[in-house]
Amino acid sequence: MSDIVFTNVARTFTRDGQEFPALKEINLAVRDKEFVAIVGPSGCGKTTCMRMAAGLEFPTSGTVAVGGKVVTEPGPDRAVVFQQFALFPWKSVAENIGFGLVANGVMHAERTRRVADVIKLMNLGGYESAFPHQLSGGMQQRVAIARAYVLEPQVLLMDEPFGALDAQTRVVMQEELVRLSRVNPRTVLFITHAVEEAVYLADRVVVMSRRPGMIREIMDVASVRASDNWDRFEKIEDVMDQASFVHLRTHIWRLLREQQAPADH
Amino acid sequence: MSQASAKTMNTTDARTPLEAGTRWRLHAIGLVGFFGLWWAIAASGLMPRTFMPSPGDVVLQFIKLTQDPFAGYTLQTHLTSSIGRYLLGFGLAVLVGLPLGLLMGWFRTLDAIVTPLFEALRYIAPIAWVPFAALWFGTGIGGPTLIIFAGAFPPCVVNAYRGAKQVEPYLIEAARMLGLSSARMITQVLLPAAVPSIIAGVRVSAGLGWQSLVGAELIVASSGVGYLMVKGQSSISTAIVMSGMIAIGVVGLLIDIGIRQIEAAVNRKRGRAV
Repeated sequence: MSDIVFTNVARTFTRDGQEFPALKEINLAVRDKEFVAIVGPSGCGKTTCMRMAAGLEFPTSGTVAVGGKVVTEPGPDRAVVFQQFALFPWKSVAENIGFGLVANGVMHAERTRRVADVIKLMNLGGYESAFPHQLSGGMQQRVAIARAYVLEPQVLLMDEPFGALDAQTRVVMQEELVRLSRVNPRTVLFITHAVEEAVYLADRVVVMSRRPGMIREIMDVASVRASDNWDRFEKIEDVMDQASFVHLRTHIWRLLREQQAPADH
Repeated sequence: MSQASAKTMNTTDARTPLEAGTRWRLHAIGLVGFFGLWWAIAASGLMPRTFMPSPGDVVLQFIKLTQDPFAGYTLQTHLTSSIGRYLLGFGLAVLVGLPLGLLMGWFRTLDAIVTPLFEALRYIAPIAWVPFAALWFGTGIGGPTLIIFAGAFPPCVVNAYRGAKQVEPYLIEAARMLGLSSARMITQVLLPAAVPSIIAGVRVSAGLGWQSLVGAELIVASSGVGYLMVKGQSSISTAIVMSGMIAIGVVGLLIDIGIRQIEAAVNRKRGRAV
């Protein structure tokens, strides 16, 4: 059982002696093996939510618990995929992927096998000894996802993982992630500002309001996906053509538009 | 502005690189001018030869020192013992300074404990350590080593510390997420990330350590280039003193060239890594 539970989470920042509420009344339960995406205007605190589940930041009040345990520090049971890839430039692809296993005392033979498995899973074959700077952005992010998957984490936390990629690469990676979560489902908390991406990938989409960040609405995508059988399509553009998809997307768009301050136009 | 002064501005503007040919010509003018002036003053006989040997006298003296022992040994032997002493002090500075800097860059408590002490001590010039080093560590191996160490230590600490502090925060977060221990964080994340800064620090450290050498050898009573120069001074031989200075300058230059090569090789390798 590995769920992520936010209970009455609030977060305030203090600047020049003044308190700014960044997040308020966040109550959210990501179920075991569920894929939840959080969308919201920039600065709404969606990344902070993910970082609190990772143990990289902490709530001012309330609790974040993963698998029933309150999060107090980062750890390999909650693997993070960062927007900037965060690969170690002096390590090869295989070394980057295996680094977490080395750090956690996994023996050589098992390590080699597990690294080889995810390299195959992420279509990274032939690049084992390449260095990150020799790879495209899309390939680097594949390595980062492989590095997270190899740890066999209870939950995957993804912070706008495709935000730094070009449009074509992003589509490929999105399809890949869908394939991956079918083969190997995990509890996923996925942060994005791309509405289509959220609807395409997630079982549920959480829409947040701007500062102070609060949950505006939680939309159930999984039931629509199932009843309209989106899974029969292999390509993202075919799914995006569906009336049910367009309907959900437009609804979320409207919610986000209402959040926009005049300065954002 | 007149044309003449505009042209002057142009040639003295340090931001515009000179053409290679022009640069070599200017180098030559500087060197020939310096030695020419030196030779002219020496030849004029305005100053006694003991204090103002001609460039030729110094070269001859230099050659003589490599053949006939002075102050007990030949110049080569003096140099060898100087280099040994230097390697000891410089090596210790690297071995202690780099780990200390990295540790300070990771553990905030250690940083807070060490920084005030370090900041106060680093402004005591290596030469100012001479009396203390002689009192506490003697004139054998200990004293001179401490003085060279005092010169070479600060750049090692400062650059390892800065390198560790400048690691991209997301790399540290990724490492924490992977579950790295502090020991691994320091040796496998901070250290490799800090390599460019560390090499630059080691280069400065090597130079400052070598510059502290003569200070260190003021208190040595057996051998070394500094010792040779002190003996040259007591026998009122400017040519011997100058020969020692030349030897120190040349070896210092060679050390710097050597470390520059290492630095360039590492940067070439990493230049592709950025």
